[in-house]
Amino acid sequence: MLAFIARRIGVLFLILFGSSFILYNLAAIAGDPIGELRFSDDPEIQAQIRELEEFLRLDVPPPLRYFIWLRGVLGIFTGNLDLGLTRLRLPVSGEIATAMPITIRLVIFATIFAIIVGIALGIVTALRQYSRFDYSMTFFAFLLFSLPIFWVAVLLKQYLAIQFNTFLSDPQITTSWKIGIGLVGSIFWASLLGSKRGNFWKVFAIVFVATFAFLTFVDEANWLTDPALGPVLIGLLAVGIAFGITYLSTGFGNKAALYASLTMAPLTVISYFVVSNSLNSSSSIPQLLRYALITIIVAVAVALGFARIDRGPVVRTTIITALLSGHLIIVDKFMQTWKPYMEEGSVSFRPIPTLGQAKELLTPNEFWISTLDILVHLFLPTIALTLISFAGYIRYSRGTLLEVLNQDYIRTARAKGLNERTVIMRHAFRNTLIPLTTIMVVDFAGIVGGAIITERVFGWYGMGTLFNRAITSQDLNLLMGVFFITATLAVMANLIADLLYSALDPRIRVGSGK
Amino acid sequence: MKIRRKSKEQALEELTIESGENAIANKEVEGLTQWQIIRRRFFKHKAAVASLIFLTFIIVFVFSAVDANFGPIKTKGWWKWSPDDLPDLRFGDCPNDTIGCPTISLVPKFLGGAGIGLGEHPFGQDDIGRDYFSLVMKGTQRSIQVMFIIGFFAAIIGTVVGAVAGYYRGVVDNVLMRFTDFIITIPAVIVGSVIGAKFGNLGAIILAVYLGLFAWTGLSRLVRGEFLTLREREFVDAARVAGASTRRIIFKHILPNAVGVIIVSVTLLLSGAILLETALSYLGFGVVPPDVSLGLLINQYQDAFTTRPFLFWYPGFFIVSIALSINFIGDGLRDAFDPRQKRKITKKEKQNARAIARNQA
Repeated sequence: MLAFIARRIGVLFLILFGSSFILYNLAAIAGDPIGELRFSDDPEIQAQIRELEEFLRLDVPPPLRYFIWLRGVLGIFTGNLDLGLTRLRLPVSGEIATAMPITIRLVIFATIFAIIVGIALGIVTALRQYSRFDYSMTFFAFLLFSLPIFWVAVLLKQYLAIQFNTFLSDPQITTSWKIGIGLVGSIFWASLLGSKRGNFWKVFAIVFVATFAFLTFVDEANWLTDPALGPVLIGLLAVGIAFGITYLSTGFGNKAALYASLTMAPLTVISYFVVSNSLNSSSSIPQLLRYALITIIVAVAVALGFARIDRGPVVRTTIITALLSGHLIIVDKFMQTWKPYMEEGSVSFRPIPTLGQAKELLTPNEFWISTLDILVHLFLPTIALTLISFAGYIRYSRGTLLEVLNQDYIRTARAKGLNERTVIMRHAFRNTLIPLTTIMVVDFAGIVGGAIITERVFGWYGMGTLFNRAITSQDLNLLMGVFFITATLAVMANLIADLLYSALDPRIRVGSGK
Repeated sequence: MKIRRKSKEQALEELTIESGENAIANKEVEGLTQWQIIRRRFFKHKAAVASLIFLTFIIVFVFSAVDANFGPIKTKGWWKWSPDDLPDLRFGDCPNDTIGCPTISLVPKFLGGAGIGLGEHPFGQDDIGRDYFSLVMKGTQRSIQVMFIIGFFAAIIGTVVGAVAGYYRGVVDNVLMRFTDFIITIPAVIVGSVIGAKFGNLGAIILAVYLGLFAWTGLSRLVRGEFLTLREREFVDAARVAGASTRRIIFKHILPNAVGVIIVSVTLLLSGAILLETALSYLGFGVVPPDVSLGLLINQYQDAFTTRPFLFWYPGFFIVSIALSINFIGDGLRDAFDPRQKRKITKKEKQNARAIARNQA
């Protein structure tokens, strides 16, 4: 195994060396860094050109100049990585250090959403193969495949930002909207959950009534301008989460898991009152992580109290339930922050921004408002990126699950009398995750490169913008710096994917047999 | 727990139905050649056939509408304006005081519309009055041309590299695949931008050729995998024993068996190519003015969305519909070429099979 990793890392360096060499020369030959100066009529121009040539080492031909750049990069082994200077005489590594976190922030939520939604829909379409739902999801996935992101982005800006903001200035949900949204939602959920005809109409009716009631509630309670969950709703939602998670993970047959999860609901309400005072403007991420840790400890304790035998699944279910219900408190806090945020000077009741990554706020040190600001700015880019990337997950997880469901061990599982939930969730779904993991890892590395267009459209200053600047201003060092990071991420992701694959699937032994 | 026990007859019936279902599937392919089976399967995929007709229609329509160049051959378009004409801007009779609004009308007269017709400027006019219909047609021509050129070069290079690597294995395979890895590590948009910033000025065709030189990697990996399995098969041994040359084995014996994989992934590559071209043009690194492409049109008029959304909708419509129909065609081809493909057996066929089984019993 170690020998395999060592060999792979060796090849990895060779690949990085080769591709950076190709790109460096390509860019050096394609670009003309002093092109603009040539047509200048400044009397000092000759001196300027000479100075620039010296600074950029243009006297050295590109294939050799590459090694000057490489020497700086190889400094990574001695601890002083030197990616050179940009044309503005700033260190490239500094620019990348500020840009990288922004790009990661841009893509991470979108990737997570795309994975969760895509896999969930892929599984349902596979279970309902050749149903009308399957066909419409296939069409939907192909449609999303075919959408250019810059085109989607403009549409989102128009309808989800500008017009939604106008709507928010005087939010009145009319009855026709309630009926419309109710119909769309209930058709979706009914075809998702209802497998038989009678079942279809039952789900349809329930979802329609629920959506209608919810929208009426939103309208009456002024939720769009001043939302809040409050202890009662938190308690109810926590009970719902407890039932849902228990159903998916162990089934209601496991009484210990069900009771332990349900116990989390009153505990959530109690902690809502305990915690709400300490969630103030001086909150921080470490503080929230500490709370999460306490939640996990409590959940484990409760689960162990209820379960006498076969404790693993019970503990797992309870932890998931506890964390999800704990999030309700955070969501509630954000909802309470919504109104003060809307009243901020720079927001002035138009909360969904079309451009940029953060606003100048009146109260910059207020944790909840500035975090909400970041989240609101993530809203449109995340939707756009999720839309175009989750189609792949639908198709892929559908195909994999169909293949797994044809395997003999699924037949065995059914034959020994396991219920369908256990067969799907324990036996089929877990095996579907193995090939999906590799896709996820590689996809995440690729998405950083793909963020170039997204950043341009939404006016973010991340890696994509750096790259854009490098191309337009013929900044070779900057270009190579950006490339160095994205390419390293890509090859590392490939390596990690291979290793994960062998860790997850015992049938695959990397490195052996050669 | 209640155990349902099937009666003997029921079990027998189900068994015969199952073989009956297989019989349905087998009967269909009796006495047909491989290509006939594939064509039949493809034509059963309704969405794919519809997409194929739609795409052919779009291509014919777009290339006949305005002047087009196919290398030395130049054709004349039937549309009255060309992208270079500067007709007068249409003022008045536009909603919301905009200028140059589209005159296309799709609502027939008896439904209270203005009747089906194109009018003077069906897609409207741009800022300086150029006919937007002819601009979109020209842009679609460019995008389709670029797409096919990228696809052509990627298909040839990918197939040859994959075939050679898969057939020879060993050192050749290692070198070629590591070379493929080099190319894969450079994201497509980055290569495209670097190339585009330089060769965009040389014209769309040259740009497309260069992009094609970098787009073959995925295909070559697939073809290699296919060749690695196929070269171990008996018919290859038979050909070798019969004294066939290496070239003959690769091109006459193995390649026809791998053609399914190649066709399917080239189709999907085409839809990726049109999105790549439009994205690059949108960023300003692809096709540059005075040439026209769909991505460029969207880039130029995205700010006009609130006042004159048609400048944004029409190019987008062509990108999406071309990419979407290609994706569906690819899906249909994949179903047609995949021998493991299980066809859905309809209720009617099941009933028939059941009736046959009953008669037999």
